[in-house]
Amino acid sequence: MGEIENLERVLREHPFFKGIDQKACATIVGCAANERFDAGEYIFREGGAADKFYLLRHGNVALEVHVPGHDPIIVETLQEGDVLGWSWMVPPYRWRADARALYLVRAISLDAKCLREKYESDHTLGLELFKRFVPIIARRVEAGRLQLIDMYGKSRDKK
Amino acid sequence: MSTAELIFSEPSTTVAHPPGKEPMLPTPFRISRIQREISDTFTVDLIPASGGRLGRFAPGQFNMLYVFGVGEVPISISGDSGDGSCVTHTIRAVGSVTEVMMSLKRGDIVGLRGPFGSGWPVQQAQGSDIVLIGGGIGFSPLRPVIYYLVAHREKYGNICIYYGARTPEDILYRRELEKWRSQFDLNVEVTVDRATGKWAGRVGVVTRLIPRGGFDPFHTIAMVCGPELMMRYAVQALNEQEVTNERIYISMERNMRCGVGFCGHCQYSSYFVCKDGPVFRFDRIKDIFEIREL
Repeated sequence: MGEIENLERVLREHPFFKGIDQKACATIVGCAANERFDAGEYIFREGGAADKFYLLRHGNVALEVHVPGHDPIIVETLQEGDVLGWSWMVPPYRWRADARALYLVRAISLDAKCLREKYESDHTLGLELFKRFVPIIARRVEAGRLQLIDMYGKSRDKK
Repeated sequence: MSTAELIFSEPSTTVAHPPGKEPMLPTPFRISRIQREISDTFTVDLIPASGGRLGRFAPGQFNMLYVFGVGEVPISISGDSGDGSCVTHTIRAVGSVTEVMMSLKRGDIVGLRGPFGSGWPVQQAQGSDIVLIGGGIGFSPLRPVIYYLVAHREKYGNICIYYGARTPEDILYRRELEKWRSQFDLNVEVTVDRATGKWAGRVGVVTRLIPRGGFDPFHTIAMVCGPELMMRYAVQALNEQEVTNERIYISMERNMRCGVGFCGHCQYSSYFVCKDGPVFRFDRIKDIFEIREL
């Protein structure tokens, strides 16, 4: 019981679930678990089943794209307070990148299958989760566009 | 005039050109040091060839540097305004003049006119938290601000320095960044747009650092310099954190030629960037900043 209460408190304190109502939180916490990853450890790999997502509590994670014959390209890093993984929401529920712990990572993992089942029968919960994930996905798409533009790559003589 | 107007007046504009001096006439300066920063970017220290004294400048101002027989370019000053021994510029070799400049050696002579334009509001910002956001070579005009803030640290609140570069190999002033970062009273964050597995720092656009906070938005002055696109998103991110436009300053880049508002090459709506800028308080130019054709 104590562990569940502790997890619920941690979920509520994480920026991703800021302001979530008690009922939704109580439902979500049933799908949550504490996890830890050592530096260098892969949290997930591209193509693997996207059966979880993670609320980062400590440490940094690199999202990488594997390029055959080359070092992996890090496209983004995530830190404490960030949420890792949205592929669990989108069929076919496979990871689109590798995630590697750069340093020791502590996170709360949320079981995607458990959550998907719950929000299929509780659409309010589904809406709550989508409302929180869509801005994050939008920000990442926007950031990805800026990175693609290579805005620091061109300049004129001034500066 | 409101209190806000009084506190946050225009950037610390100095005279467009030193009084009594012909603004279009370059003064010969000797290169006392030239150092490669990254593959296409270098820093030069200049001293007057005649041995005379250096003029003063405000952080954010620029000089026109002339390579004899090649041409002249506007370059922001990247050195310490409190250091009277030389004037420092960090230059990216992206055109005919700057490419020749990169091949110059210690002892070579260049022409210099300036300093020109408005500076960052370092004095008006005393008592505030400071957020500096630099992208690419746009970090170099902010370096004089950092020197100033460090020299007058007790006069400011929290100081956040956010710097975005293209890759880890493109990070300017790496040693200084490490030094500033090791200070307990500066929050220095560096991020790159892309990296390989050997990089253990942040990857992502510089604007993503802004929501991480570390400053009081109601008592913050933000200074932003980099590509216009980056500045646009930086202003949005600052606004989302409730930093209002009269607390945001940006440095504009336009085709400066004369440096004193004579030629009109850098006209930006009703402003001349060389004379009225390059540093502008954002609320003063917000409407024209959003016009795509300008």
